[in-house]
Amino acid sequence: MKSRVLSFLFLGGFLFSWEFFCRFSDIQPFILPAPSRILFIIEKEAPLLLRHGTATAIEILLGTALSVIAAVILAAAMFIFPAAEKALAPLLVASQAIPVFALAPLLVAWLGYGIGSKILMAAVIIFFPVTVSLLQGFKSCDADLARLFSAMGAGTWKTFRLLYWPWAMPYFFAGLRVAVSVAAIGAVIGEWVGSMRGLGFLMMQANARLRTDLVFASIAVLSALSIFLWKIVCFFEKKYVHWVDTTNSL
Amino acid sequence: MIEVKNFTKSFHNRLVIGDFSLFAQEGSLTALLGPSGCGKSTFFDLLMGNIPRDGGNLFLSGKEVADLKNIAAFMAQKDLLLPWLTLRENALLPVSVKKNPSSSDFREAEELFEILGLSGSADLYPRHVSGGMAQRCALARTILFRTPIVLLDEPFSAVDAITRQTLRSLLLLLRSRFRKTLLMITHDVEDALLLADSIIILSSTPMTAREKLAIPTPKERQQGDPSLQEKKERILAMLQENVS
Repeated sequence: MKSRVLSFLFLGGFLFSWEFFCRFSDIQPFILPAPSRILFIIEKEAPLLLRHGTATAIEILLGTALSVIAAVILAAAMFIFPAAEKALAPLLVASQAIPVFALAPLLVAWLGYGIGSKILMAAVIIFFPVTVSLLQGFKSCDADLARLFSAMGAGTWKTFRLLYWPWAMPYFFAGLRVAVSVAAIGAVIGEWVGSMRGLGFLMMQANARLRTDLVFASIAVLSALSIFLWKIVCFFEKKYVHWVDTTNSL
Repeated sequence: MIEVKNFTKSFHNRLVIGDFSLFAQEGSLTALLGPSGCGKSTFFDLLMGNIPRDGGNLFLSGKEVADLKNIAAFMAQKDLLLPWLTLRENALLPVSVKKNPSSSDFREAEELFEILGLSGSADLYPRHVSGGMAQRCALARTILFRTPIVLLDEPFSAVDAITRQTLRSLLLLLRSRFRKTLLMITHDVEDALLLADSIIILSSTPMTAREKLAIPTPKERQQGDPSLQEKKERILAMLQENVS
């Protein structure tokens, strides 16, 4: 409760200072609009923001789903077959060295201006933290528990399903929390490079017309979307990882 | 009846278990008593087939077997309860890994929980119960392996003195009721004297059997029993020699 009040006070103080600065300085609204102006634009352009926000949200959700499926398969394969980990780990790390800005035009060229290239962009950004967290989770399992399962005569699949998978769940959700927070970056970069809808597209259009207030309104909607997705992950984490206290986790 | 003949194991050319043999009668409790790090847990790993042995044979009722996987239950010093399962689900885990537990399995678990004083706690999660209750649940799980042999790896070393006393009594009760053959690793002389039919004193690495002591006294043993006191002093002297 105390931390929520502090967070609210901090945000309130920041917005108030911003508003104060915009009202009592010479700064032009097309350079930095006041928070009240951004709120006004959010209200005025709500249908437009909702339409483009929905497109971005769909890209993020489908990108997350795609990356989670791929991460689960790859992390499980690397855990069960150590040779696969040795072979794939360098490629996985190298894939993170590729700047997403360099990848985005290629994906648009390959998959077109449609939703596919944006989903893949979001998936590429999310994939790594989820895979690494999950693999770390599998590996951190107590060796004595593995001995116990072996003594019970549990096969690989049973041991994986009943022991390693639930054991790795807190790690998986930790990775997913980070992933959904950054997934928006991938989707928006994809939209910047080439698209006809989405908050990234709206930002580019607004920026070209010096509608800085609309750019900020798009950023605010994008931030709200990320916080909403993060909260959804936290909700499922609390529901499915009930044995771990996640109260203080970020 | 378990017979271990000349087990040997080396790690990186260092002999850890040297020509170790053991004979345990059906329904008996044999305690393996030795200093920490002498190779006791490695011996259990060899028995369970978790690691391959370099030499030696294993016989079960006269028949040679490779290891005790699926034949022996295993209980460690940690309760090893899965935090995402309730106590009942944890106890039934050895059944769950093979099939969906039936109503008779649930009944059996209920009966065991009754004996172990856990009947009101079956639906609680491990984080909601004390260390002693968790260890009692681990004991129930060990029984529900439904194997004729039980390997106990310092099962009471992580609990307080009062809980230890309770667990000892419960172990004896379960043993007489389910007629299991038990091998128990311990470095607690009292655990060995109060529970075992025979005690094998182990040497430090490489682990070998130094001496085998039979404890013919009845099962209801008291800590202050003079005959046990005399044995305790003898064992402690032997262990002391081992260390020095």
